Amino acid sequence: MSVRWWNKPLFWPLAVFGLLLLLNLIFKPEFFAIRYQNGHLYGSLIDILNFGSPLAIVAIGMTLVIATRGIDLSVGSLVAISGAMACLTISRGDDQHALSLVLTAVLLALLVSIALGLWNGLLVAGAGIQPIIATLILMVAGRGIAQLITSGQIITVTSKPYNFIGAGWLMTLPFSVYLAAAVFLFAAWMTRKTSLGMFIEAIGCNPTASRLAGIRSRSILLAVYMFCALCAGIAGLITSSNVSSADGNNAGLWIELDAILAVVIGGTSLSGGRFSLTGTLAGALLIQTLTTTIYMLGVPPEITLVVKAFVVLAVCLIQSPSFRRSLTRGIPWSPAASGQEVSRHG
Amino acid sequence: MSENRPILQMFGIHKRFPGVHALNDVRFRMFAGEVHALMGENGAGKSTLIKVLTGVYPVDEGSVEWEGRPLHLRSPLEAQQAGISTVYQEINLCPNLSVAENIFIGREPRKFGKISWKAMNRAAEALLAERLNVKLDVTKPLDTYSVAVQQLVAIARALNISARLLILDEPTSSLDRDETNKLFEVMRHLKKQGLAILFVTHFLDQVYEVSDRITILRNGRFVGEYLTDELPRVELVQKMIGKDLELLGGMPKRTAAPGEAKPPYLRASGLGRKGGVEPFDLTIGSGEIVGLAGLLGSGRTETARLLFGADRADQGRLVIEGREIRLDSPRKAIDRGIAFCSENRKSEGIIEDLTVRENIILALQAHRGWFRALSRRRQEEIADEYIRALDIKPPDPEQFIRNLSGGNQQKVMLARWLLMNPRLLILDEPTRGIDVGAKAEIQKLVLSLSREGMAVLFISSELEEVVRVSSRIAVLRDRRHVRHLTGDDIQQTTIMQAIAGG
Amino acid sequence: MVDRKYVPLLVTIGLFILMFLAGSLRYPGFFSLQVFMNLLIDNAFLLIVAVGMTFVILSGGIDLSVGSVVALTTMLSASLITEAGWPPAAVIPLVLAVGILFGWMMGAIIHYFQIQPFIVTLAGMFLARGLCYVISINTITISHPFYTHMALAKIRLPGGSFISISVVIALLVVALAVYLAHYTRFGRNTYAIGGHESSAVLMGLPVGRTKMLVYAFSGFCSSLGGVVFTFYMLSGYGLHTVGLELDAIAAVVIGGTLLTGGSGYVIGTFFGVLIQGVIQTIITFEGTLSSWWTKMVIGLLLFLFILLQRVFTARSTRSQSV
Repeated sequence: MSVRWWNKPLFWPLAVFGLLLLLNLIFKPEFFAIRYQNGHLYGSLIDILNFGSPLAIVAIGMTLVIATRGIDLSVGSLVAISGAMACLTISRGDDQHALSLVLTAVLLALLVSIALGLWNGLLVAGAGIQPIIATLILMVAGRGIAQLITSGQIITVTSKPYNFIGAGWLMTLPFSVYLAAAVFLFAAWMTRKTSLGMFIEAIGCNPTASRLAGIRSRSILLAVYMFCALCAGIAGLITSSNVSSADGNNAGLWIELDAILAVVIGGTSLSGGRFSLTGTLAGALLIQTLTTTIYMLGVPPEITLVVKAFVVLAVCLIQSPSFRRSLTRGIPWSPAASGQEVSRHG
Repeated sequence: MSENRPILQMFGIHKRFPGVHALNDVRFRMFAGEVHALMGENGAGKSTLIKVLTGVYPVDEGSVEWEGRPLHLRSPLEAQQAGISTVYQEINLCPNLSVAENIFIGREPRKFGKISWKAMNRAAEALLAERLNVKLDVTKPLDTYSVAVQQLVAIARALNISARLLILDEPTSSLDRDETNKLFEVMRHLKKQGLAILFVTHFLDQVYEVSDRITILRNGRFVGEYLTDELPRVELVQKMIGKDLELLGGMPKRTAAPGEAKPPYLRASGLGRKGGVEPFDLTIGSGEIVGLAGLLGSGRTETARLLFGADRADQGRLVIEGREIRLDSPRKAIDRGIAFCSENRKSEGIIEDLTVRENIILALQAHRGWFRALSRRRQEEIADEYIRALDIKPPDPEQFIRNLSGGNQQKVMLARWLLMNPRLLILDEPTRGIDVGAKAEIQKLVLSLSREGMAVLFISSELEEVVRVSSRIAVLRDRRHVRHLTGDDIQQTTIMQAIAGG
Repeated sequence: MVDRKYVPLLVTIGLFILMFLAGSLRYPGFFSLQVFMNLLIDNAFLLIVAVGMTFVILSGGIDLSVGSVVALTTMLSASLITEAGWPPAAVIPLVLAVGILFGWMMGAIIHYFQIQPFIVTLAGMFLARGLCYVISINTITISHPFYTHMALAKIRLPGGSFISISVVIALLVVALAVYLAHYTRFGRNTYAIGGHESSAVLMGLPVGRTKMLVYAFSGFCSSLGGVVFTFYMLSGYGLHTVGLELDAIAAVVIGGTLLTGGSGYVIGTFFGVLIQGVIQTIITFEGTLSSWWTKMVIGLLLFLFILLQRVFTARSTRSQSV
């Protein structure tokens, strides 16, 4: 079987991406304008990279979780918790500008995130609870924890070094872009230079065969959920430092859904197995470009949701074998055929 | 038994799948009021025949006559409506619903559109009592009952759809002796009511205990139909396996090196697992090839899984290299130098999403852990080496394994485990579905591995093959290790007699 | 000896009674019929939505779109009544029909194209929320006399307590759902699909139709919940009931329904909603505790119930064939 070009996993996200850019080129050529000012680059494309980086980071963690046949619904809550933790620590310090204080805060926030990731991992790998259910617990309770940390207020900090994480510039580009790149490279290194990636794909594709080949799936699942939580923690730091405040209620709201969407658009199947970090990155950028484009075109930004809905559906339909079959053969789907399909793995 | 007219007659049935002629001019008939056993080894066409009969597959050629009229089934539902019902090995009921509901769901008694639970429960109790002669609390959820009872409920549901032919597909495979007896009682009870029962099983004893007539298939062809009383066991086994005792005669057996004094690599004593295989003793020495012979479902695979830690033994002891060990995971077994090539290549062997190279190095890499990764170059060297050594086609390490043929996938599995340089290699049906040339190659490979000192446990349905490679053979029947053969006893005739039992 | 299948339900009811008693012992004025009735009044819309969610979860699916459909219903109602001047008698049937159609379409996509319910209803959630903003990004208030009457009308009960009309609607929905679940083929098929879908197919049950009906019913409950919510809020707004799907799922799970489907009771969901209400009430009475404790306690209860379910499913799978 040769893979045709329109079946390559990266084809569709890139095609839509190109279409969006084309739309902008026609209707809003200034979309592509990049200005150089005070040693910083400005422009819509830079904005996309900047605002898209928390999503990209969360989506990279989510990719690995989904590749193991799992899902992590709690990342949104973790974003809120991490930001809240960091801001609380800084706001309690004597000198908010002290680098050591900020480093402590960041470290603390990330450690809490990893610990919560461990909790998710233990529920999934240890107690054997379905991932979607196991992570639902922290999705609900995590918001409460975040609000507990902030005492229901929005904690504002004035720390300059902290603000740098999400709003600083380094070598003409926003610092968050470097963070996203670092997370991406780290994940790529971990999965391609160690054998973690192969094990993740093996577990996601065929857990039974993986066990018989001697793979320790438990420790890998723990590691993956912890890494995903760490990613969410980093994204939380960026989000909260960008506005120098922590909002337990609204930080990271819906980011789990956008992240899952980015992963799916990127060609990683929700049923696990082969994953593509590059695809996820493309997916995250696509979502951010969509948001920015809609904004640029002067449409109320809330409408993005409608467009997203159709993108989700379109991507899933393209990936659905039943839909492809009904397109290529033109035969209406018959219940008997599906019955056999179900019974095979029943 | 009324010998007048069969209720079901199938003539000249053909069914082809890509690359397989699954049913080749098969005929089959059933009479009302009899239990008819359908026998055959792997690939005989039993399950295809049943699927044709239940409307899952349409026939390519041939005619089916049901109660004197031609029958063309297009779906399982149509088969049910015609009066042909099936109870599968994995019970297709809803464990969360009550017994009564499982019997009646889809046709619940209703009053003004409202389900009448009282009427339903009463009808279910009556059905179970009258037709099956069993008493149950029908209001309890199905999963509170044992598999045996669930089996009976499945039969009751089938009967409720006014079945005249009941197909029981390996109903006894997870039942114990008492439960099996209870099921047989029910079958005899139903037989008296004029029902035709098609009974598929791997247990020879049970065939002789309950069936009236036997039809044997082999390699998709009809071998014969016999009255059970007139078919000796040994003949049944011969016909299933396709060997004639006289023809085989006393084929010379390679002289196996007599067991030297050194301690065996592995010694199992009284090892067993409830519902898997009865306690058995087995020793395997280094450089020795031990064969496991027996019919499909006789406990061969279950034995292998216990020795590999894929299933946990619930009794007995296992000593490896002089030290007692409890194998509770494949990982532990791998650490002790054991490798296992499963017969279910697709579900337990290959990882479809990975390439040939990745599939080959998977076990070795798992053994090393994720940080001590083999370099890409080393991986490629290994993959190339084994692709060449085992002649894997296409010789492309970056090909996804799902695109390879079955035989080549099997070679990749062999490569995965040979790479581990195991002390004991367990091969479960390593040559199934492989062309003759590749088969001989694999057999040669196994022999040379054992000469180099590797212990091998060789499982195969093909007696010829087991006889050719093994220096000792354990014969299994009905989940029990019934005989150990050594030296001159290693002949197809003796194996067959042991399989047939008395 | 109690039948094993009722254990989760009894745990839920017991928990509710315990919490209510604990509140009564601790706070003066807590133990009254009106406090209980207020639980219903404040949570009527959640109860209706959660009933629909119960069916979806019983069938082994999930519906993330419920909160958005409620918001869409409020938005549609408000704009049609306030801006277009339609009479409520036309608006209410219309929004209910929209909800049913919305749910049915999601069910059809789930069934025909075999896409996970999670993803399809996620798309539904985005779509419904987005459609709210297409109508307007601002709040639209409703001042139609019918709606204000529904908001303010009190039904006096013997004993001096009162309930709102919404409570009556919610209780009717619960009664209807209990009937549907236990006395119709639709209900039993839903349980069967959730118990073992491939078996249900082989048993010849109308799996596809039932699934679509389940999502249509959930859509109906969401839009009816939306109607009740407009009685309560007297406005339409795109940001109404954000995260309601989580509350509904939590209510269903705390009510003892298995998240993997096939086991649970509508009555359990009823008590699941009440437990959430009681937690909020206790926190209000306590005064010093903040609202986020609600989420943490609900999260904790979710954890306990999921663990309980895990123990139960582990036991029942062991008794089945391997």
